[in-house]
Amino acid sequence: MLTPFENRPHALDVIGVSVAFGEVCVIDNVSFHVDVGSTLAIVGRNGSGKTVLLKALIGAVRASGTVRWAPETRIGYVPQKLDIQRDLPLTGRDFLDAKVDVTHAPATDAQRVAGLVNLSQSIVDQPIGTLSGGQFQRLLLAFALVGTPSVLLFDEPTAGVDEPEEKSVYALIHQLQQNEGLSVLVISHDMTQVQASADHILFLSHHGSYFGKTADMLSSERLQELHGPTVAHLRE
Amino acid sequence: MTYATGPGAFLIPLGMAAAAGLMGSIAVMRRMALASDALSHIALPGIAIALLVHVNPFLGGLIALVLGTVLVWAIEYRSRIPTDVVVGVIFSAALALGSLLASGDELIEALFGSPNTSDSFNLIGLGGASLVIVFIVRYRSQLVIRLVSPDLARPAGINVPRLDLLYLLAFALTIALGLRYLGVLLMGSLIIIPAATAMRLGTNLRTMQTISVAIAMLATLSGTLLAPVLRLAAGPLIIVIAASIFFLSLAVRRA
Repeated sequence: MLTPFENRPHALDVIGVSVAFGEVCVIDNVSFHVDVGSTLAIVGRNGSGKTVLLKALIGAVRASGTVRWAPETRIGYVPQKLDIQRDLPLTGRDFLDAKVDVTHAPATDAQRVAGLVNLSQSIVDQPIGTLSGGQFQRLLLAFALVGTPSVLLFDEPTAGVDEPEEKSVYALIHQLQQNEGLSVLVISHDMTQVQASADHILFLSHHGSYFGKTADMLSSERLQELHGPTVAHLRE
Repeated sequence: MTYATGPGAFLIPLGMAAAAGLMGSIAVMRRMALASDALSHIALPGIAIALLVHVNPFLGGLIALVLGTVLVWAIEYRSRIPTDVVVGVIFSAALALGSLLASGDELIEALFGSPNTSDSFNLIGLGGASLVIVFIVRYRSQLVIRLVSPDLARPAGINVPRLDLLYLLAFALTIALGLRYLGVLLMGSLIIIPAATAMRLGTNLRTMQTISVAIAMLATLSGTLLAPVLRLAAGPLIIVIAASIFFLSLAVRRA
């Protein structure tokens, strides 16, 4: 897992990024990078600015500092559980076809991505409001994969999903990364998953941000102090 | 009471109805039903000023709508106040201003329209309806992704503020198309009611939009045909027919 990435080109460089809403500083001077084909886990307590950081990276939130994506980067974004109307007359197919159209992907891409995330055609043809939490999360993942992205951003990909489904979503992400050579940024509360899949960790807190290799970060006294017993448990 | 005659009497309203049906399909999915209705009232002061200075009221209404929607968009993006709050405030101000400027019969005509469509604006009307239809068809995918989540739209390469502005302008144009025929109060209803019915009956985007356009055109055509027979005003009759179809649809269970 911990293959050396030092010589790999960066998919993303973030230098001194800060975000403030009015007088409140949500992210203060955060710097990190993501190597091509690697996984960065963004961890931290609720309210530490993890989601805001991802939104700043996709340009949905105004930020100061430098966010530099590698040339020709195509981003696939899987947001935290979306609250959609149950009665929306849109099927999964409408939703995927819309992304195919917008990204000028081949017409067969909707079927390809549904296959990649193990969504059957009959489920894709259902209105999106009738899908279960796990099915909808897979649809969001399929949506992100349309147009063959080079980077995937996940904001707690398994929030609101039951445990067996959670494991299968993480397995799917891992498999996709292996097969497609994607760079992955993932917000997660699950430190076991982080330890198993992340090459680097970015830890966000009100006291500052810490970035490093997973092994170094998990053995850091500082991280243990800030993130509590979960990290201590993993070190044992 | 005067009734429109000749081929233009049907062509213009049907073009307007098709545009309203398509525009409404996106509006109801974006939960903009009430905001849409209120937005239409922004035309009122424009119509009143046009009547005062003897300019075509359609033009006055269109200018007011365009200015009003750009204002709604700018306030929303600058202040992060939700669209319905912004529309609510501007709508009330526009209604008050319009009532102060117009009076009596003129006001009634502006609010409920008049069926006389035989003027030089017929061609503009058809052109406007085509423009709205082309916009919705061309931008349908972007609008669908935007309504599910703006956060999904940005990484897909969609310029969300620009799309929102274009959508509001197309919406303003749709309202303007119906001003002469249905008036300020009823045009919002022709956009929302057929689409709300279609949202209940349709299970995917294509069927929903087809049903919405079909109901808007059916209500408009039957209202226009029945108005002279029943000696009633065409505008309100069209909306009563559309609303009746909506209530009938409540009895139908979605497939």
